[in-house]
Amino acid sequence: MSSFWSAWIIVLTLAFLVFIIWLLRWNMSNYTGIKEGELMDHDFDNIVEINNPLPRWWMILFWVTIVWGFFYLALFPGLGSFQGLLGWSSSNQNVRSLEQSREATQERLDAGLIVQYDREMRAAEAEYGPVFEALSQRPIPELAKDEEAVEIGQRLFLQNCAQCHGSNAMGGKGFPNLTDDAWLYGGSPEAIKTTLLEGRRGQMPAFSGQFNDQEITELATYVLSLSGRKVDPELASAGKQKFAVCSACHGADGKGNQQLGAPNLTDNIWLYGGSQAAIEETLQNGRQGVMPAWENILGEDKIHVISAYVYGLSNE
Amino acid sequence: MFKNIKHDFVEKRVGWLAIFTVLTISIGGLVEITPLLFQKQTNAPVVGLEPYTALELEGRDIYIREGCNVCHSQMIRPFRAETERYGHYSLAGEHVWERPFLWGSKRTGPDLARVGGRYSDEWHYVHLMNPRDVVPESNMPGYPWLAENTLDGEYTAKKMEVYRQYGVPYTDEDIAGAKEAVAGKREVDALIAYLQSLGTALQQQAN
Repeated sequence: MSSFWSAWIIVLTLAFLVFIIWLLRWNMSNYTGIKEGELMDHDFDNIVEINNPLPRWWMILFWVTIVWGFFYLALFPGLGSFQGLLGWSSSNQNVRSLEQSREATQERLDAGLIVQYDREMRAAEAEYGPVFEALSQRPIPELAKDEEAVEIGQRLFLQNCAQCHGSNAMGGKGFPNLTDDAWLYGGSPEAIKTTLLEGRRGQMPAFSGQFNDQEITELATYVLSLSGRKVDPELASAGKQKFAVCSACHGADGKGNQQLGAPNLTDNIWLYGGSQAAIEETLQNGRQGVMPAWENILGEDKIHVISAYVYGLSNE
Repeated sequence: MFKNIKHDFVEKRVGWLAIFTVLTISIGGLVEITPLLFQKQTNAPVVGLEPYTALELEGRDIYIREGCNVCHSQMIRPFRAETERYGHYSLAGEHVWERPFLWGSKRTGPDLARVGGRYSDEWHYVHLMNPRDVVPESNMPGYPWLAENTLDGEYTAKKMEVYRQYGVPYTDEDIAGAKEAVAGKREVDALIAYLQSLGTALQQQAN
């Protein structure tokens, strides 16, 4: 803050406080020359005024607020650039980046000052940090059997993951079920953790330009036949001829590829619906499944615990 | 008569009464608001802050039109109870180009200051059509008409010009391409683009 604006604030604040004190004192004295409780020479349409003093309780409260105001301005930041005797601040608002914020916090701490938000976070870190630290050291399959870890993981899941995957983790259309054994990107502890940390981008291309409606129907029919559905064999075999395009990602046998996040088409588990119409829609328009990255939001330790919870859902 | 009653002066002169009243009630604003108009803290953007794209800008206007700000705040306060859930507390520098700001004061739904990147576009679409499809306990209304209405982009360039006058660094190309960037897009896509942009400048710096 420039010294001009600092001075502006200080002068106006103190001047107004002094003005209020003067106003209050002025109104405490009886300057009218009329005794208390007697009629004043003030009459309008037979409405008269009695010279009553300001109520004592109100007066006392007013003085208390003024005294409190001076204490407050002395202890806390309020008067321009003056930081207050306590050296207190709530947070770093005057920063341009997280890096600057960290530096500003460190600077204030080194100078023996208080950053309220940082203090709260440190207190929490002292209490919960070791818990997550200890949990993050243990392998995920072991955590998945630890009742306390699973409970913590479930809390975090409900708060951050349930919006898409559901509070029972069974997902919905477009949002994978995490309780079955079908995994788009792998169900190993490491794969789950990577998914959470970095997110995933599913890319099913649209084939409406490459295939006409009839061909799409044939392909969809063949895809349905892969999971043992009863289909028109003629349509299916016609679709099989064109499946080479699909096999680049889904494999020649249609069992998918977890490196690419290409789903297994033979397990009768359908992220976007398993009807003929739904599969045709997928082929026509493609699908873009997005799992957001959580590393920056939750941090690795918490993700480790959530991974254990998710892993435990399908690995008793 | 009245010889000793000094407040008689203002009670009988309504002009002076008005002047004294304005002076008195201005002090708070002069001390707390006026200096902020000239502070770097409130005028300089955070590192990496980008102005809204044409589509995001239209999405923001839909956000306002539908009254999203009535139930959703965009202001994360510096308390752990908030930052654990929503992310780093909001900085003044993130809102320097917000006119009007949409900080809000009431949270019927969650804060959205850093909702960008938290959910997929697909999730936002399903959620905006009918929130209960993905969050069964939600009491947010559905906005199905957003998928039917399309934007024509007639005023997008004009809006960006106005924002540029307020100091938002839109380039001539941004403005020239504004109409093309939004024309024909569904309102829901604009709104989702806006939501996905919220709070991301600071988020991307994390770690």
